[in-house]
Amino acid sequence: MSLAKRIIPCLDVRDGRVVKGVQFVGIKDAGDPIEVAKRYDNEGADEITFLDITASHEGRDTTAHMVEKIAEQVFIPLTVGGGIRKAEDVRAMLNAGADKIAVNSAAIFNPKLINELSKRFGSQCIVIAIDAKRVVDNPPKWEIYTHGGRKPTGIDAIEWAVKMTEGDCGAGEVLLTSMDRDGTKDGFDIALTRAVSDAVDVPVIASGGVGNLSHLSAGVLEGGADAVLAASIFHFGEYTVSEAKKSMQENGIEVRL
Amino acid sequence: MQTIAIVDYGMGNVRSVQKALEFVAPNDHCVLTNDSQIINDSDRVVFPGQGAMGACMEALQENNLIEVIKVASKEKPFLGICLGLQLLFDHSEENNGTDGLSIIPGEVLKFKNNELKIPHMGWNEVRQIRNHPLWNNIDDNSRFYSVHSYFVKEIDSSCVTGTTNYGENFTSAIAKDKLFAVQFHPEKSQNDGLQLLKNFTNWA
Repeated sequence: MSLAKRIIPCLDVRDGRVVKGVQFVGIKDAGDPIEVAKRYDNEGADEITFLDITASHEGRDTTAHMVEKIAEQVFIPLTVGGGIRKAEDVRAMLNAGADKIAVNSAAIFNPKLINELSKRFGSQCIVIAIDAKRVVDNPPKWEIYTHGGRKPTGIDAIEWAVKMTEGDCGAGEVLLTSMDRDGTKDGFDIALTRAVSDAVDVPVIASGGVGNLSHLSAGVLEGGADAVLAASIFHFGEYTVSEAKKSMQENGIEVRL
Repeated sequence: MQTIAIVDYGMGNVRSVQKALEFVAPNDHCVLTNDSQIINDSDRVVFPGQGAMGACMEALQENNLIEVIKVASKEKPFLGICLGLQLLFDHSEENNGTDGLSIIPGEVLKFKNNELKIPHMGWNEVRQIRNHPLWNNIDDNSRFYSVHSYFVKEIDSSCVTGTTNYGENFTSAIAKDKLFAVQFHPEKSQNDGLQLLKNFTNWA
């Protein structure tokens, strides 16, 4: 027996509330983040990730306050991402009680940012979040997109993942989201997950597309992911985290029960 | 009411440690401090650490904390967490070689297995190879949350109280007199982690 594969419920948070429907339309309230986080903790979530989709500064303070409240009651690792641009943003969220900080677009605009943050806070708490979209099918190639998958950057996703994690001051983990699969419930982009997992030395969290429990196992067994992230299947009571873990265990995956 | 000093020298997320201790010991005074006097006067000391070992040693020096840590580790219940375990040893491979506090003989090595993802991140089993009050009410082989790229290789095996396997067996908990130290993060290890912290606050 050894290291368990992790299941990470993801909460999209806006102005201190959990919402679903990140793509600007049809946003649906999914509850009080403190209650939701406690529920996932009770069900055996291995970590919880919060993606802050708040636009305003006032809203960001609300998020920090929310993280603070959750960290007083939930004692598993908490990751916060969304709108992190500089060291002060990282410091504020760590002070509030976050353990890991996911950095996305800001790393594209300033490729040295990840290095600076890892040097200051330790690579164990810096996660590089990558939104990748398939641009060629055979053999497949993926490109980094920003602005919710609307703006291409011309950067190859695999090369970017390696660049952001190599050396002593790289990110300590990759949060890999397939923009093609996000919200589709069709399962992870397995080829993408596999390509990144094989290319980098750090753990990879697969994200985007989970619609049923077998998708989680596929992310680990076929994609080589170290952790799997899902949102909607957990939010509205379709499945519990413990059901997800049992399903993974039945497929021969080591999990924390 | 007792005072638990959590050594805060600017490295890592010490607030999580404080919050977890306040949760298990609501009547105790859990204080974040870099003040030698407060650490000296406290009943118990928690010594966390995160990030790079070289930077941690520099921060301890800048805060004039090295002597007070050495004394506290011998005189009162003392809990090292993560880098707070590694710092107790003589030397680490990290940052092209960094000297530690030499409280426990041994050195800190980097995981070198190409088959494994580094850092070792997530929930792994801790085998309790020796009884200890800090293991009270915690099942053998319970899972704790870890994140680290280096591990300790002790010289004195009599201090090893827990081991974990990641490609190879490594030391994940040590104890010597009033000192206990763990490679994992009890403050982030849900019920079993909280139990360990509670055991620490009650440890005579």
